[in-house]
Amino acid sequence: MTPPAPLCLRCCTSAGCLASGAAELREALQRTVSRLELADRVEIRGVGCLGPCSQGALLAVDPDGVIFAGVRAEDAAGLIAALVHRSVLEATDGQWRPLAWTPATGERLDTRRPFFAHQRRVVLENCGLIDPERIEAAIERGAYDQLRRAVQDLSPVQVVETIRCSGLRGRGGAGYPTGLKWATVAKMPGDHKVVVCNADEGDPGAFMDRSVLEGDPHRVLEGMAIAAFAVGASRGFLYIRAEYTLAISNLRRAIEQANRHRLLGQSLFDSGFDFSVELRVGAGAYVCGEETALIHSIEGKRGTPRPRPPYPAEQGVGGLPTLINNVETFANVVPILREGADWYAAIGTTSSKGTKVFSLTGHVRWGGLLEVPMGTSLSMIVEEMGGGAPEGFTIKAVQTGGPSGGCVPASELDTAVDYASLQALGTIMGSGGMVVMDHTTDMVGIAAFFMEFCRDESCGKCVPCRAGTVQLHGLLQKHLAGDATAEDLAQLEALCHMVKDTSLCGLGQSAPKPVLSTLRFFRDEYVARLKPVAAPSTGVAP
Amino acid sequence: MPGVPSACSADSGAEVGGEIAAEKEQSFEALESILRQHQRSPASLIEVLNLAQETYRYLSDDLLRHVARNLELPFSQVFGTASFYHLFCFKAPARHSCTVCTGTACSVIGADRLVEALEQELGIRLGRSKADGSIGLGSVRCLGTCGAAPLVVIDGLVAKQQTVASVLEAVRSLRL
Amino acid sequence: MSVSTLMIDGHEVAMAAGATLLAAAREVGITIPTLCHLEGLSPVAACRLCLVEIEGSGKLEPACITPVLEGMVVRTDTSRLQDYRRTVIELLFTEGNHVCAVCVANGHCELQDRAVDVGMDHSRLPYRYPDRPVDLSHHLFGLDHNRCILCTRCVRVCDEVEGAHVWDVGWRGEHCRIISGLNQPWGEVDSCTNCGKCVQVCPTGALFHKGDTAEEKHDDSSQLVALVRARQARQVAP
Repeated sequence: MTPPAPLCLRCCTSAGCLASGAAELREALQRTVSRLELADRVEIRGVGCLGPCSQGALLAVDPDGVIFAGVRAEDAAGLIAALVHRSVLEATDGQWRPLAWTPATGERLDTRRPFFAHQRRVVLENCGLIDPERIEAAIERGAYDQLRRAVQDLSPVQVVETIRCSGLRGRGGAGYPTGLKWATVAKMPGDHKVVVCNADEGDPGAFMDRSVLEGDPHRVLEGMAIAAFAVGASRGFLYIRAEYTLAISNLRRAIEQANRHRLLGQSLFDSGFDFSVELRVGAGAYVCGEETALIHSIEGKRGTPRPRPPYPAEQGVGGLPTLINNVETFANVVPILREGADWYAAIGTTSSKGTKVFSLTGHVRWGGLLEVPMGTSLSMIVEEMGGGAPEGFTIKAVQTGGPSGGCVPASELDTAVDYASLQALGTIMGSGGMVVMDHTTDMVGIAAFFMEFCRDESCGKCVPCRAGTVQLHGLLQKHLAGDATAEDLAQLEALCHMVKDTSLCGLGQSAPKPVLSTLRFFRDEYVARLKPVAAPSTGVAP
Repeated sequence: MPGVPSACSADSGAEVGGEIAAEKEQSFEALESILRQHQRSPASLIEVLNLAQETYRYLSDDLLRHVARNLELPFSQVFGTASFYHLFCFKAPARHSCTVCTGTACSVIGADRLVEALEQELGIRLGRSKADGSIGLGSVRCLGTCGAAPLVVIDGLVAKQQTVASVLEAVRSLRL
Repeated sequence: MSVSTLMIDGHEVAMAAGATLLAAAREVGITIPTLCHLEGLSPVAACRLCLVEIEGSGKLEPACITPVLEGMVVRTDTSRLQDYRRTVIELLFTEGNHVCAVCVANGHCELQDRAVDVGMDHSRLPYRYPDRPVDLSHHLFGLDHNRCILCTRCVRVCDEVEGAHVWDVGWRGEHCRIISGLNQPWGEVDSCTNCGKCVQVCPTGALFHKGDTAEEKHDDSSQLVALVRARQARQVAP
């Protein structure tokens, strides 16, 4: 007789579910299991993001893989009872019985529904499965195997070549070819180089990087170490925003564990290759996501950008050649090395390879974290997987790319998500935040919202961004108040182009994009708000 | 999970006389280990300031001077850097904090209404503290927990899918 | 030393590698407007007045830091650039309180000169009339934040030439302000050597000698250039 399948309850412990009482649920499950002395038969495991955050708290049950949504602590006893009952039955007659249990407080999710069925989890392959607090769990799933392979069996050139052939492009927003970036840093002379992981995910509405770091921190550390081996760096910094408290504590623990297991540190795998990672926590500055500002912040300075060249590849942290990639980019490295460049390049479109993680939020039924192949259409993500707008509402636009992006109108939702198609629509892929807006949304208001964000986050160094965003925000407020004239609208548009063309860094250069994009697709909303021109009094009686 | 940090209010809470006087005489010993860990490198300024604020609640002039001397940095550079970042405070924060997320997802789903209701309830504008130092009302640009929008953080704890009624109830339960 | 030949507004010019477009333009008698730039101080490329068009590049580049390259074709005075420069000046005028008639620097002010250069007689954008303080705590000098354009020349000269680092920039965005010490009154900052270099390099009337009244402040930043050159020469000499 086969031994009963291992019973495991995976509780999402990501920030989204924590806000929905996940910690209490996990504790209640733990209490019940120890009260009934079932610890050897039922494992309660805290895991990273399970996906549909809007339905939290989420709980997955193995071996069935069923996901329950909105489960509350008071349901714990019933669930454990059902599990035990089933495993008792299985043990007596060896028959497989699917878990028949319905929570009193939540619902059972059908994992065949589009939200789950259309995903392709590469970056998130371990997220929601493993306990991010235990390095042993990550190692069981192969963590650091590819680092070992790279260090022992491959040359740095081979690693760079694999990444180049995979077609991976930077996931932070700009989409610069990762292999090319690595090759540039690798070619720089000098024994001291630096690898930086940009985890300063600041776009409002974006939480891909947070989820990866919370759910599978070793994946990112291993990616950084492989990159360091490839470019010849020995020092690494992971710069994370202070608001991500859970990700910070998971990372601190993960770095300590990796050091203790000698998977980070000196002479890894007895090869003579050294690589250490330091965590650097920001202090509230969106602009630090810009790479030169990020470097200044790591150096303990004001996070102001500087002109490029010199590029960080030549002069980065402490003046040393520096490779900067974002979290998701590093998280792609391990599967590329493990499965091969061709495997990766076969996913996605001609110009955009692989998968992309998106965070879907706003006026949508199923919001959360999802990963799809590049080239998936926006309508598939928003209408199918996200279930569209709530009852009685229709989708008006989808905002991508955060404050640097734009709004895609509902009529263009057939667009495939890849770097080029989104750019053609006047927006950008960005880091992957996707905010759905229903027909009640005021697009001028949205433009003003993003401009206020950029105004507040401008570092103040260059004139067009510092003073231009204030004037642009003022002009938008004037439109919102119904006081704007046609001249104001013309001035708004002209100033947008000026700020875009003359600002020093990406923040200022893209700050006008939400305005230009809403002007492109929703100009009538701006025009409708213009102050009515007083009819000239002719002085002639009717 | 440790509390979510909140941006500091533009003004201070009431002076808590005795407490501040006591801090003045401290030698900020809690910073010694981080200073040593970073070998007093100027590059560790933000790391040191983060810990300093966590330990001593806010960055007093004495604290900033102590950090500047230990890292051998000009005072103006230390203040210029600290004031650049939203999360550093230079005055004692209010006893309670209420922070509304005004990220995109929270905004499209009604954060403005929450701010309005809270401003009215507390009688202070966003970014300010009550004169008696009991509570500060702030905002944060996205906590990255958008699935549970709109969010309000009260004393470091995130509350999801807030309504005007629920947030007012939460604030009232603080018994200011 | 290798030499690059390039075209600036139709003039051919040969420059040593490493020279900036600003220097190359000056070589053929073309003046590109600048404000934050000052010879002898590190460049920051922050005012964006010196942006130029380079053929084949979609982006505008700041002439103060962009090095010459062989075959470059540069335009410094297109109608787009003229319009953008005027807007930069308008943005500076509207974000501060610049009342030339009562200013110590009237007639000797670089901001005023640039406004004349770009033909700005009025601002198309609304004035913001910010509430900004004046610091008169120093016994020799004063700082009027109303006239400050945040070019950071004072910050740089004090740090790079005098080595005192009295000044820095505080806060961010529209709230940026030049600060001394721990955001203290200037007169209370011990590290100030009273050398007056910051006053010398200030392009407007923001930093001034106490006692100067309207139109009495003269721009003497050329002294600084001489000083920096002399020091460099001494360092090079055995």
